[in-house]
Amino acid sequence: MSSVEAGQDAKPSTVTQIIRDLREAAVLTGAERRGLTAAAVVTAAWACLPFISDGYLLSLGISITIFAGLATSWTLFSGPTNYISLATAAFFGIGMYIVAGGVNLLPYPVLILIAAIAGGLFAALIGLATLRIAGVYFVIFSLGLAELVRQVVSWGQHVMGTSSGLYVLIDRSDSAFFWQLLVLTIVVYLVSWWIGRSRLGFALRIIGNDEVVAVHCGINTARAKVVLFVISSTFAAIAGALVAPRWSYVEPTLAFSPFLSFQVVIMSLLGGVHRLWGPLLGVIPFTILWEFISAKFPSQTTLLLGVAFLLIVYFIPHGVIGLIEDLMKRRGGLLNSLRAMLKKDGGK
Amino acid sequence: MQRRTLLTLAAAGVVAGSLGLGAAHAADPIKIGVVGPKTGPLAGGATITHFPNFKLWQKLVNDRGGLKLKEGQRKIELIEYDDRTSPPETIKAVERLATVDKVDFIMPAYGTGFNLAVAPIFAKHDYPLLAQAFVTDQGDELIKRYPNLFVVQGKTQWFARDAIAVLKKLRDEKKIGNKIAVVNVADAFGIELANTARPMFKEAGFDIVYDKSYPLGTQDLSPIVKGAKAANPDAFVAWSYPPDTFALLEQAKIEGLNVKAYYSAVATAFQSFAGKFGPLAENVLGAGGYEDTPAIRDYMKIHKEVTGVDADYWGSAMYGSLLQVLEQSIEGVGSLDRKAVTAYIKSKTFKTVVGEMDLRKQQMTNAWTVGQWQNGFFHAVGAEGFTKLKPVNLKTNW
Amino acid sequence: MDIIITGLLLGGTYALMAMGLQLQYGVARIMNLANGEILVAGAFGTFWFYSATKFSPLYSLIFLIPLAFVANWAIYDVLIRPLVRRAKSQGQLEVDSILATFGISFIFVGGLLAVFGGEYLSYSYLARPIFILGEPYGLNRIAAFIGAIVLCASLYIWLHKTRAGLALRAVAVNPSAAGLVSINVPRASALAFALGGAVAAAGGSLLSMFLTFDASLGVVFTLKALVIVIMGGVSDIRGAIIASFILGLAETTVATLVDPGLTLAAAYVLFLAILLIKPEGLLGRRSS
Repeated sequence: MSSVEAGQDAKPSTVTQIIRDLREAAVLTGAERRGLTAAAVVTAAWACLPFISDGYLLSLGISITIFAGLATSWTLFSGPTNYISLATAAFFGIGMYIVAGGVNLLPYPVLILIAAIAGGLFAALIGLATLRIAGVYFVIFSLGLAELVRQVVSWGQHVMGTSSGLYVLIDRSDSAFFWQLLVLTIVVYLVSWWIGRSRLGFALRIIGNDEVVAVHCGINTARAKVVLFVISSTFAAIAGALVAPRWSYVEPTLAFSPFLSFQVVIMSLLGGVHRLWGPLLGVIPFTILWEFISAKFPSQTTLLLGVAFLLIVYFIPHGVIGLIEDLMKRRGGLLNSLRAMLKKDGGK
Repeated sequence: MQRRTLLTLAAAGVVAGSLGLGAAHAADPIKIGVVGPKTGPLAGGATITHFPNFKLWQKLVNDRGGLKLKEGQRKIELIEYDDRTSPPETIKAVERLATVDKVDFIMPAYGTGFNLAVAPIFAKHDYPLLAQAFVTDQGDELIKRYPNLFVVQGKTQWFARDAIAVLKKLRDEKKIGNKIAVVNVADAFGIELANTARPMFKEAGFDIVYDKSYPLGTQDLSPIVKGAKAANPDAFVAWSYPPDTFALLEQAKIEGLNVKAYYSAVATAFQSFAGKFGPLAENVLGAGGYEDTPAIRDYMKIHKEVTGVDADYWGSAMYGSLLQVLEQSIEGVGSLDRKAVTAYIKSKTFKTVVGEMDLRKQQMTNAWTVGQWQNGFFHAVGAEGFTKLKPVNLKTNW
Repeated sequence: MDIIITGLLLGGTYALMAMGLQLQYGVARIMNLANGEILVAGAFGTFWFYSATKFSPLYSLIFLIPLAFVANWAIYDVLIRPLVRRAKSQGQLEVDSILATFGISFIFVGGLLAVFGGEYLSYSYLARPIFILGEPYGLNRIAAFIGAIVLCASLYIWLHKTRAGLALRAVAVNPSAAGLVSINVPRASALAFALGGAVAAAGGSLLSMFLTFDASLGVVFTLKALVIVIMGGVSDIRGAIIASFILGLAETTVATLVDPGLTLAAAYVLFLAILLIKPEGLLGRRSS
């Protein structure tokens, strides 16, 4: 990946640029090829979950899959740029509501498409806001935005005078949900991986390190940030649209719950946001720990979750990725293939 | 046994193993699964209406030796989970109850959306779903989709219809005028009620002089109450949730909204409502209500004795009744065969604490929908299809 | 005119919610997501006191404030300080404190649930109308407003007229520079955190006179406080106060003149607009 090329930005046509990026991305080193194969095997194995279980484990699997997708798409934007966004719930909810509102009017796949487009457009608008607002201000800005969307949708339901847009009664088995969400998550990963290896990804890493330097290198930071935010949010909207039939009943408080945004952020931070597989390594232990505590301690679930949290923060300060890297430092070359798998974002 | 080749599945396997995938022994207690919000936005209501009822039922049944099955008596054991007011959590908990804990029966979830989210799972495993905290107008379609679903509660439109009928009667008797101020909380139930009620008000010939919604969690309702008062209404109707129900009456008193008919939907039936407001709560109308029978009075008393919680006058006794239906059905069948029990519920009517309960068509044909506080008891004053209703008082005691 | 008075009363309510977080984040730099739970704990304490003794709930402040102060100091010392010590940058401390206080908020909710149960708690106190310029206002809200003014004023005076307050303000502006002028930064941060917790508990206590609480309600207050603190600009307490009153007035205006269903939407629009115009908040300083 040539560092000089990062500065030569939008002047050649975008199409040529994209084709060039794709070709570059398709060139893999041996280690990367091995890593990719390993990932494909793992994913294929995971996809077989519905054959092993169609009950509790599958439910758990759906949880893991959907959060893996949400966390990775969140990290797509927030990882390199260091902007922590709490707006995931806004897009998730928009996706849900588009399906809920249109379920009796339009075919389901069309609704998914509309959800993606609506999410993308809305994200483009907000993305422009990121140009001015940074740091903790951006965090709370994104939170306020999600709440604003919730308020407007609630008010809109009252004004429209119907209780439509609440019931989504589509027959779909849990296996179908699982595979749909898995496909979405795989797409998120592939897009993330491709961006990481491309010029855009390189530009983002510079932005994340020092935005001033990035501008001086001639990187169009504004466009990079907005593009990323749009891609990230579109996935969240599609996820919401896919999940709506599973909930069967959509209400503003739950569809736009800020808790969802917090969960995604925390899982990603726990895993580590500077590696492609980081969020996944946060989602899996987090979800399993959550389940374990919920199941074993039903009366003190919340209390013990809080304690578990604190323990994690104290003993795993750099996220799971950090933990693994610490271990690897001590194990030296024995885990080389693991390292190759972790370095999926293009040789950092 | 599962293959443990993958980290994830291995971890899940460890968890699953620790959760107990082993087989149950014979002569074990009957396992009853319970799920509901112990934390989160709906926890307040569930703490009063939902969870205590199961504990009460367990105590009453176990005190007499357990449920009478053909093989002998077996006691009840409750397995409870907190769904933290989140539908995906409810789904997971019910799956866990069904496939890991392998409970014999699962109690309904708390909340319309939550029951809907788990209805498919109940259906898949043939658990009867006696849904109480479940108010919908889509009942007809839903019972066709889910033959195991029983709607033990009125329809949304009945709550609106009967409240309006109460007001209409007062107006026709010239006790109140024609002008109505309506407010609603901008969340699921509030929105549904408001939208259903609006055309009904017009059809009944009322003049809606104030019609606004407010966001869930509003800390200051004085602009709304001031606005309602300024429109000079004869009656005030609030399709509200617990926190605003409490706030609105207090605000109405302060602002001097001295209407002769005052209705606030959810939580008016809580004993803590009467507790907080004392004499001011007298003659307030709300959703729910019970007929003043010895059975009900007994129920309220035992509820407090056993669980320490003051039952409410809307959902509590309904929960008690559906548990009686379940109990009678299990004992009627004599075994834990869920399909048989479900068929039994559809085969006859049942004597319960709220009177006769008829779930043969999977839905209640009528329900107590409007209550009024009179002398410390929230009496049923309005409900289509009932004859033993208390007459409605005017709220002149501001 | 009554819009203004109602708006001011609401602003006072909001100030009570936000002041605690202002101190904890503005000075101690801890984004305390458990702030709402501390407020709810204060409300519960007062509710318990009032139910048990039937004395005026305002007396509960006598023991609630010192109790909350000590408890929050302990929380800072035991739970937060290790994070401060090991954080290599401001950004990392923020991330760590978000995660840790998220956990603490869960512990609080679980604790409140275990001690008080999950149901709604509410009592009536001073629920009488007071007439100002012909319009009735709740005496309990006015009392809370007076409480808010007293709190804000005393905090402001303390911050600006005492050495300890000066130390806190210095730390708020620049912690490392403050350390260079021999201000005990760790101590000042602990003091700010503890003070913030005490203020939040006091706020909850006052609010319990007219709001209904349950164990899970904390998150609503945390969200509001976050919006107000950020809107006001993080480093100056006056920002939070001004933001509270702007929001109170704006919401009341929208509720009365436009549509009550849009009150919170309007509040968020205002918040977003202010940030877009001035990205550091009303009285915030652009950080270097």
